[in-house]
Formats: sequence, C-alpha cells, structure tokens
Amino acid sequence: MTTNDMPRWATGFVLPILNLLSALLVAALVIHLLGEDPVDSLRILVNSAIVNPEGLSYTLFYASTFIFTGLAVSIAMQAGLFNIGAEGQMYFGGLGLTLAMLAFDASMPAIVLIPLGMIGAALFGALWGFIPGYLQAKRGSHIVVTTIMFNFICASLMNFIIVKYMIPVGEQNTASRAFSVASEMPRLNTLIPALGDTPLNISFLIAIAALVVYGVMVWRSAWGYKLRATGLNKHAAHYAGVKISGMIIVVMLISGALAGLGSVNSILGSTHYLSLGFVNGAGFVGIAIALMGRQHPVGIFLSSVLFGALIQGGFDLSLEKPNIPTETFIFIQGLIILFCGAMENLYAPAIIKLLKARKG
Amino acid sequence: MFEDLHLGGILVSTVRNAPVLIFAAMAGLFAERSGVIDIGLEGKILASAFVSAAVAFTTQNPWYGILAGMAVSVALAMLQGYVAITQKGNQLVGGIAINIAMSGLTFVVAQYFFQQGGRTPDLGEARLFDVVLPGSAAVADVPGLGWFYTKLVGGHSVLVYLAFALVPLVHWVLYHTRFGLRLRACGENPHAADAAGVSVEWTRYAAMLIAGVLCSFSGAYLAIVQSGFFLRDMSAGAGYLALTAMVFGNWRPVYTFLGCLMFGLFGAVQIQLEGVDLPVVGRIPGSLIQMVPYVVTVIVLAGLMAKSVAPKAIGIPFVKSR
Repeated sequence: MTTNDMPRWATGFVLPILNLLSALLVAALVIHLLGEDPVDSLRILVNSAIVNPEGLSYTLFYASTFIFTGLAVSIAMQAGLFNIGAEGQMYFGGLGLTLAMLAFDASMPAIVLIPLGMIGAALFGALWGFIPGYLQAKRGSHIVVTTIMFNFICASLMNFIIVKYMIPVGEQNTASRAFSVASEMPRLNTLIPALGDTPLNISFLIAIAALVVYGVMVWRSAWGYKLRATGLNKHAAHYAGVKISGMIIVVMLISGALAGLGSVNSILGSTHYLSLGFVNGAGFVGIAIALMGRQHPVGIFLSSVLFGALIQGGFDLSLEKPNIPTETFIFIQGLIILFCGAMENLYAPAIIKLLKARKG
Repeated sequence: MFEDLHLGGILVSTVRNAPVLIFAAMAGLFAERSGVIDIGLEGKILASAFVSAAVAFTTQNPWYGILAGMAVSVALAMLQGYVAITQKGNQLVGGIAINIAMSGLTFVVAQYFFQQGGRTPDLGEARLFDVVLPGSAAVADVPGLGWFYTKLVGGHSVLVYLAFALVPLVHWVLYHTRFGLRLRACGENPHAADAAGVSVEWTRYAAMLIAGVLCSFSGAYLAIVQSGFFLRDMSAGAGYLALTAMVFGNWRPVYTFLGCLMFGLFGAVQIQLEGVDLPVVGRIPGSLIQMVPYVVTVIVLAGLMAKSVAPKAIGIPFVKSR
C-alpha cells in the first residue's frame, strides 16, 4: 500500500496538517531555547495576525502577493517544472510595471493606468520566465539551475537600473520617483471601514479571481489536461500528441507573468514606487506555498494566508519579544518547506497502518 | 589603463577567492556523483561559517571553530541524506528548505548570542594564521620570484593549500579506488550497483558525510580566514556558484576546479575593475560585473560552449527492485 491508496482526505488534509504541526513544533522548540515562551508567542502571533481586524487586513495584504507567487510556482509544478525563479520574475515584473507608470501616470486616469501597470508587470515577468523556459525546452538546460541564475542576474541588473536610471536627481533613497495618486490600487477599507488604515486593496480580489481561473484552467480545460499529463509523464504525453517543448515554454510564460503580477500588490497597492529588493523573499515563499498547498487553489489560498499571518504576526511578535527577530520566520519558512515539501510522506506509513488496523 | 589593472593582485586574490568554491564544489561532487542533488550547499556553508566563527571567537581557537563547523555541516548533510535517501523525498526541495532555514536561523542565533545585528564579533587573534613558507625572507626582495614565492604561493592559510591539494585527491578517490567506483555506479545506475551487491543507501550516506565535511571547510574559510567574522547571509550565493562550477566542469574534479578558478578570477577582476576607466565602454558598474559569472553559467548550461552531462540517476530516489 502506497500513498496512492490512501483516501483523499488523508493525503490532502491530514498529512499537510501533521507536517505543518511538526514544523511548528521544531519552531516552538527553537523559541523555547531562545528563552521565550512558545505558547505565549503563539497567542501574540494569532492575536495580532488573525483576531485583530486591522492585523487580519495586513495578513490578507501580504497573502495577496503570496497567492500570485504561489500560483506561479504551482502552475510550473503542474507541468513537472520546478520554477525557483519567481523571486526574479516578480522583481523584473516590478520593472515593467514601473516603466508603464513612469510613462503614463501623469496623463492617464486610474481606470486605464492600473490595467496598464498589470500588463507591464505580467509582460516583464513572463519575459524573465520565458528565457529559462526556452533554454530548458530547446537546449535542455536544467530549469532549476537557470532560474537560480536568473534570480542572481535579475538582482544585479535591477541594482544597476535602479541606481543608474531610476533615482530622481538629488534623492538618496535607492528607489524610483513616487507615482501619481491615480496609479494607486483602490483600497478595501473604503468599502469596509472596520479594516482600518491598511494597504489591503483590490489586488486581493484579483488574486482570488486568479485562483479560480487557475483551478478551471488546470482541471476543467483541455489545455489543463495536457499540462497535467506533461507533469505526470512527459513521454506518455508526447506520445499522446502534446508538444512538450511548446508546453514548457507556455507554462514558463504563464508562471513568470503570474509572479510578475505579484508586484502589483506590493508596488501599486502600497509603496507606489519601485525600490531596491522590494520582493524581499516573496518568490521563495511562493515555493513553500505551492508545496504546502499541494498546487490546489484552496490549498494555495490557505497557505498564503498562513504565511501572511506569520509575517504580520511575526512583525508584532518581534516588537514584544526582542529574542525573536523577524528573521525567525525565515527559519520557520524553511522548516515548513522541509516538512511539507521534502518530507511530505513522513507520516504516511503510520497513517496507513492506522487505517489498516481500523479496517481489519 | 592596464596600469590600474594590477595583474599580480588579481592572481593573488583569485587564489584567495577560490577555496570557498573549491571546497563546496568538491562536496557537491561527492553528493551528486552518488546520485543526490546537493542544492543545499549554500545552507551548509552559512551554518558552518556561523558556527566556526562563533566557536572560534568564544574559545579563541580557530581549530575548535573548524571542528564545530564541521559537526554542524555534517549534521545538515545527514538531514539532507535522510530526506533524499530514507524518506525518498524531493531533493531539490529539501536542499532549498535547508538554505532558507539556515539563512534565518544563523541570524537569529547570532543575534541572540552576540547582540550585534546578526554578526559575530571580530575574531582578532582567533583568525587562522597565514603560513610563511621557509626561506620567504631570503627571496622576498628578488624581483618576480619574491612576489611569486611569498605572495602567490606562500602567505596563505592552511585551508588554501588544503583546497588545492583536495583536487587531485578527489580525482584519485573517484577514479582509482573501489569506493569511487561504487559511488559513481550509484549515481549512474543504482540498480546495477545494487545487483552487484553494493548498498546504494550506505554509499549515498557516505557520500553525504564526505560532502558535509568538505562543505564545512568552505564556511570556515569564509568566516575565520577571509573576513574574520560572521555576517548575515555572508555566503552570498557561493554555494550556488560552486554548484554551477560543478555543472560547468561536467561533474569532473579537475574541470570543476577550473570552473572554481574562473569564478574566483571574476570575483577578483570585479573588485579591480571598480571605478577604472576602460577604453570604449568607460566605467563598468560593479553590479554589471557581478552578473558575468551567472551569465556565463547560463551560456554554458545552454550548451553553447560545451555540453554538460549529469550523472544519470541524479535526483531520483533509489527504490530497490524486487
């Protein structure tokens, strides 16, 4: 009996929860070793990230970005491609968005400007995903290594572009000029005042729509069938008439575009300018989200909210407990990836045994 | 312009840059030749850099630092082995998880113990000393030879010599010993190795053990030789660069070593070129020079310079056939 024989509720729900709990247990142990109370820390974290409406609003704001990077990694994974480059693709997407804003933000109304920004972000993100995809499809270079290289290349390139061309004359801050007010994503607190003064904006709704489109595309369309066939068995899919190299390139284009769209929430939803390193690990969080959410829309949503909560709650926690800096949550991210991604079947034998014992 | 580009300086700093990559790349070579992808080099380098620096500072003894770094790096390699070999999990994911986790944890622990923004204090006397070769004083003033003997060949720490000595050793182990033969068999065709009575699991664990030990030197070198302290994320992609040197070198020790030297050279040239006016192009910003090794790697990977062939069974968990 393998994991394939397990009921769906066990593989889709029980295993991820057990893995997540294991990761949090190790995290709790580390927090304990740092001389802080894990239970008290968890209470502060949950309070400031979920219970408090303003905190929850921040959590969902972070989650909006993560949904996009999570979707980017997930759709590539559906085709059996491990896209580690979401970080660079989102960063480069931010450049596309910024170029669109710098060109048009003085002359266009919001209704034109925001879609324009999104198109710019998606196009540039797609370009940054296309090259590794093309190299994998046509030259057989490994997508993992090339996307890692592209993250580094992007970081250097953006450093050069921002420092050399973007900083307004006389400014010290390594960032572009601020965009006009028309470019700002409408915030949700204008509809629901209880959310408080937070940057949660319509990107969140667009992210939800993207999740739905992703679900329909992957599981309810002919293209999605070919996509999943490619991921399950490239050779069989090829025999069935799927053009593998074309598939790889298209998937990497979509993946890059999704990662690029993640920059819309960060830039147009909050800062309103392009700054050095604004992505700040969101692309890597996308890997964790895709793995933990098992590339399923509901899973991606839930794990995005979880990571949003970890960031928001972690920020408040670090203010109250000096021994738990926000970097602790980078460590916890790593733990979650380890338990939910690499050791996903850790508890499978035990559960299979348990199920067998109950049946027999 | 060439007066500004100090050729001698570039060569010396190439020799000083390369060991970080050589140790890590040789570590990766053992792991990957046995069939386990070692994308977690970065995390192991970072962890051993921090622990070496912290222990060397606390005990004021660089050797204890190296030993402690080794213990941590081996522990991480065993964790990677457990994920890849026993759990048959995704090796890429396991390695990346270790990299991310260590990037966070080293900062947190460094901050907890030293309260200096995730940095360890300067090691001072606890830094590893440089070896002065016998007769250095006698030839120091001889033009050419003096520079060659005291600066290029001499005057480095023991770890530099170890790194360069490692290359023929790894070559010998891989190609001229029974263990090397078995190791390569496990990476190319584990089922054949299994049929021949070789334990694929144990061979891969042994390879990970060696990888852990070698990788620890990389971190130790970074912290207690090159900089003399630990700094957050100080490995700055060295693990990934070592991995690409290995891909560049076709998973063969000598070519991998040449790849490491090439990347070391880029690093040295980058520092030298900063602020130098070149003909035609003028000043090249550091961020663009920084890009060069990665672009070169992509070009190599695209097969435009050479075709690299990975071990066949790399990344595939071994399941004993019945």
